[in-house]
Amino acid sequence: MAFEGLAERLQGTLKKIRGKGKVNEQDVKEMMREVRLALLEADVNFKVVKKFIADVKERAIGEEVLDSLTPGQQVIKVVNEELTKLMGGEQSKIAVSQKPPTVIMMVGLQGAGKTTTTGKLANHLRKKHNRNPLMVAADIYRPAAIKQLETLGKQLSMPVFSLGDQVSPVDIAKQAMAKAKEDHHDYVLIDTAGRLHVDNELMDELVQIKEATSPDEILLVVDAMTGQDAVNVAESFNEQLGITGAILTKLDGDTRGGAAISVKAVTDTPIKFAGVGEKIDALEPFHPERMASRILGM
Amino acid sequence: KDYRKVDEEFFEELEEILISADVGVNTVMDLIDDLKDEARTRNISDAKEIQPVISEKLAELLQKTDEETKLNMQENELTVILFVGVNGVGKTTTIGKLAHKFKGEGKRVVMAAGDTFRAGAIEQLEVWGERVGVDVIKQQAGSDPAAVMYDAIRSAKSKKADVLLCDTAGRLQNKVNLMNELEKVKRVLTREVPDAPHEVLLVLDATTGQNAMSQAKTFGKSTDVSGIVLTKLDGTAKGGIVLAIRHELDIPVKLVGLGEGMDDLQEFEADQYVHGLFADVLEEVEEAAEE
Ligand SMILES: Nc1nc2c(ncn2[C@@H]2O[C@H](COP(=O)(O)OP(=O)(O)OP(=O)(O)O)[C@@H](O)[C@H]2O)c(=O)[nH]1
Ligand SMILES: Nc1nc2c(ncn2[C@@H]2O[C@H](COP(=O)(O)OP(=O)(O)OP(=O)(O)O)[C@@H](O)[C@H]2O)c(=O)[nH]1
Ligand SMILES: [K+]
Ligand SMILES: [Mg+2]
Ligand SMILES: [Mg+2]
Repeated sequence: MAFEGLAERLQGTLKKIRGKGKVNEQDVKEMMREVRLALLEADVNFKVVKKFIADVKERAIGEEVLDSLTPGQQVIKVVNEELTKLMGGEQSKIAVSQKPPTVIMMVGLQGAGKTTTTGKLANHLRKKHNRNPLMVAADIYRPAAIKQLETLGKQLSMPVFSLGDQVSPVDIAKQAMAKAKEDHHDYVLIDTAGRLHVDNELMDELVQIKEATSPDEILLVVDAMTGQDAVNVAESFNEQLGITGAILTKLDGDTRGGAAISVKAVTDTPIKFAGVGEKIDALEPFHPERMASRILGM
Repeated sequence: KDYRKVDEEFFEELEEILISADVGVNTVMDLIDDLKDEARTRNISDAKEIQPVISEKLAELLQKTDEETKLNMQENELTVILFVGVNGVGKTTTIGKLAHKFKGEGKRVVMAAGDTFRAGAIEQLEVWGERVGVDVIKQQAGSDPAAVMYDAIRSAKSKKADVLLCDTAGRLQNKVNLMNELEKVKRVLTREVPDAPHEVLLVLDATTGQNAMSQAKTFGKSTDVSGIVLTKLDGTAKGGIVLAIRHELDIPVKLVGLGEGMDDLQEFEADQYVHGLFADVLEEVEEAAEE
């Protein structure tokens, strides 16, 4: 009963409508109700859903669906197209600075996957782009966070810059920049501590790291299982820091991943990668189309 | 003073508020239907009057007796608590906090570093061990977690410990081999102490949406989850999915996490939780009532 895909949902509605030949405006409204439920079950934020439904309803009533012989499929097509559009084009590109090193800051809530993704991204940059990144351990708060990044560095045979947990993250970031220049690294990946978007002190720390390193990318790492709160988190990180994109993690699970829509809708920045496993190479380009189908349960 | 009427629009707003707390559409629909009935039979027409009914209903759903939120502790015998859950929800941190709490109660505590997979997981638990002054039983990274549990039980017994807290690696519930591994870990505990584990606590991140239901179902099936720890309630997420989990699977919340420090763990209290869930709601209802 829970987590039906949109197709099954619409089938149920259409069964009631069948026999009348074509569908009318009222029928479309009823189908839209099912679309709404499907999106809410997929964790798309309810405000985002509201606006989306209003837009799609207009398009559906305006043309395609009313005249169609297969109204259910037509609704799915319209919804799918609009969702894909909402999520933006395919984009797994990372900035390249004219003046190396290119600096990337990883930010987000606790446990989202920042440290793991820092390792994955370093691996990706080396393997796919022949780059030589320096990872920076700027999480001095979480027990053994530095050790975690160092272990990933060891697995990859790639350097990790750390100054222990008694130096401020801002100073760590500054000194890492000097070190990167000295050792001719073309990328600097800064792993920051997880924090709540409402923690003013720690959010301010990120602003200071930003000021000290002028990052080319600030990537918000978001757990794909995130619910309605994704909107608040994304909005807040974006307002305070100005993020340049997001990475959606844990997509190897069975979550629908509606948070993707929410994040995109409120920040208007691309989702650049998807994390699809715990291993260091489990990072993929983000495919908006596939994501739309997944959210709709198809 | 004229209060806001309990009408269709009112219920629509309430629905949105509950959905935005991640309660989940199905449960919300059921709840709203229930409330509509209640409003009709009790002849309630003012928003002010329906507030306590809402709070009451939700608290009732979440907690039927005080007993059920208590941890099942053995007297004068070893209590074994197994922690399970998906990646990054707060298992290791909760173990550290709980060790601290038990230690404060004068109990002898041992922690088992059963996450041998994730980079830095053993060290993370060791830092907690130092922080709260509790022994950690570990093996090398990459070793068999079931073997770690075996060692830990032996050690806990020989130390005449009161509580053994078992950490496990985070795993997504759709990974069959990892879920099997977890069952094996649990079997080892049962083999060494017949009625162990005395608690299997599923750790859920309050930020999680509807997938938490799938987590509760699958972990529940494979490890017989006896309670939930709802973490990260110090943020803006409400973790309303626990209402749906209670509604559909009848698993009680036992503990809540309210931060990253060792004191940021509390026993679950339904009234308090519902109040938190509805702090904004009640305000909104009140504001709406005064319109
Ligand atoms: N299955 C799966 N697990 C992931 C993925 N990305 C990260 N993880 C796991 O999620 C958990 C948390 O990852 P971390 O990298 O420690 O997260 P973090 O954001 O650095 O956490 P804090 O530093 O504590 O805020 C770990 O168990 C990771 O192995 C993913 O794409 N898939
Ligand atoms: N704000 C807040 N953060 C928490 C809470 N509980 C845990 N955390 C943080 O969440 C992150 C992940 O916690 P862990 O204890 O490592 O989670 P885990 O479930 O053991 O993760 P894995 O072993 O990687 O699956 C860490 O940064 C913790 O400090 C909480 O109640 N509130
Ligand atoms: K999480
Ligand atoms: Mg980290
Ligand atoms: Mg852990």
